[in-house]
Amino acid sequence: MANCKKGACTIIRKHISTLFLGTSLLIISILSLFVGVIDIDLNTLLSGGDGMELKIFLLARIPRLLAILCTGVGMSVAGLIMQQLCMNKFVSPSTGATIQSAQFGILLSLVFIPTIGLWGRVLLAFAMSVLGTWIFVWFVQRIQFKNTVLVPLIGIMFGNVLGGITNFIAYKYEVTQQLSTYFVGSFALIIKGNYELVWLAVPLVVIAFIFANYFNIVGMGKDFSQNLGVNYKLVLFLGLTVAAMITASVVTVVGQISYIGLIIPNIVAMFKGDKIKGTLVDTALLGALFVLICDMIARSVIMPYELPIELIVGIIGSVMFIAMLIYKLNHGKKAIRIRLGKAKEGSCYD
Amino acid sequence: MNVVDLIKEYDGKAVVNSVSFEIPKGKVLSLIGPNGAGKSTVMGMISRLIAKDSGVINFEDKDLSKWKSKELAKKLSILTQHNNIQMKLTVRELVAFGRFPYSGNRLTVEDNEMIDKAIAYMELQEFEDRFIDELSGGQRQRAYIAMVIAQDTEYVLLDEPTNNLDIYHASNMMRTVRRLCDELGKTVILVLHEINYAAFYSDYICAFVDGKIAKFGTVDEVINKEVLSEIYKVDFEIIHIDGKPLSVYY
Repeated sequence: MANCKKGACTIIRKHISTLFLGTSLLIISILSLFVGVIDIDLNTLLSGGDGMELKIFLLARIPRLLAILCTGVGMSVAGLIMQQLCMNKFVSPSTGATIQSAQFGILLSLVFIPTIGLWGRVLLAFAMSVLGTWIFVWFVQRIQFKNTVLVPLIGIMFGNVLGGITNFIAYKYEVTQQLSTYFVGSFALIIKGNYELVWLAVPLVVIAFIFANYFNIVGMGKDFSQNLGVNYKLVLFLGLTVAAMITASVVTVVGQISYIGLIIPNIVAMFKGDKIKGTLVDTALLGALFVLICDMIARSVIMPYELPIELIVGIIGSVMFIAMLIYKLNHGKKAIRIRLGKAKEGSCYD
Repeated sequence: MNVVDLIKEYDGKAVVNSVSFEIPKGKVLSLIGPNGAGKSTVMGMISRLIAKDSGVINFEDKDLSKWKSKELAKKLSILTQHNNIQMKLTVRELVAFGRFPYSGNRLTVEDNEMIDKAIAYMELQEFEDRFIDELSGGQRQRAYIAMVIAQDTEYVLLDEPTNNLDIYHASNMMRTVRRLCDELGKTVILVLHEINYAAFYSDYICAFVDGKIAKFGTVDEVINKEVLSEIYKVDFEIIHIDGKPLSVYY
């Protein structure tokens, strides 16, 4: 290491977290394929076995893994976008009424147009979640709260009101049973053919990456955007729409999964700052890793049964969230810097 | 750049009432006046942050509202006090945003050179990789100025740049303003509260009272006993240091 060139060295240092997260995600992803009620090992799989293993593998395990990855990536990136655009670290799909709006849209489709099918349901969920998020952001921008904690509180209240209305209508039209799968996120029902919609998160995340600098600039405020010739309102609404669509596609396929959009972007920002171009990939990878680990726990705790992932995410997420709050209280806004070995700032490894 | 008959009303009350003036090129112009005189609103309108109710703002022989936002961002930059500094960006990342109107998402080699130059100009090299929310107020203000320098605009508008700075940092800031004009040839327009900073560091001063221009002229024309007493409704004495007028008020 001592004689590594400075340029190469900084590149490695800059991307070390990405490399680490990527590798861990890859290893755990492969491991997760072999966790389940029916034991599948690589040998029987390769030798063909009785065909049963291969079928489970292709129809259930791989779709499940892909759904998990898309969910983790999508929800954490949606959270990142919302936090940046709203200039508030506590805004996320679950604290900005986005998830509840999507559920409301699903309810509308179940009650009023039950024959609409999956795509129609998704469109309604899209429309409602986009609309709900817009209303929320419009409202908080209109009122201009001085206290940053008030903004997510308003979001949670708004979300609960929407949830209440959703529940009421669901009881009235007796669709609570059907609707419950959209309330508690779970990967248990994911099989080939019913989850592909969640892939939509991928192009949306790519869009987010392309517009990363725009989101950053808008996050610095109206005057700042104007100064750099960026159309504040347009980017704000475009960004919120992307975040809401990612959320809606996840809610429709998997159900509600909270906390990811809230904690993952915050954790990454504590290490790497707020420049989206630099944090988006890490945020996406950590989000996927988090959901994957939670899912493996959910699958193994009471084998051969499994818990809804929302439960595990809720427990782990809330503990992490509290830890994060305590850390921020004690250390202020100071960033955590990873120091490799005894290397000092800019001194490389040598 | 000139302004003709600018009017802005809030709730039927004219905050800026038919204001016309011409901005001298390559000079430092300070807008002064008591609170609520409309100087910040005028600044907001010439920087297109605030929509005007009526009047014309000509910028390089073209109506300001006809300019494309991105093109204008290469000609005119504005720094307000409302910058959100909660964001965790490094100094270099912040300064790099100044190049956004030119290259959008991808920084070219020239962009990086401009960023290096801007950082060096504001003597921020040692803070380059620090997060702006970990800097002191003075350093942070310098980082913002560095961004404006990287933006490389002919016109630089600064809304109360000395606000919240102590005497040391405030006078450093004013010296920087002078350098922007003298060394980099920029036209700088400032909104200032401290009359003496305006008197010492500007070429021209425009004094506002009640949404109207009370006096526009060179420093010597504006900074005198009669004019200032009239504007601020307090007694003034003018003394001269280094041939520049300084006001004493009590």
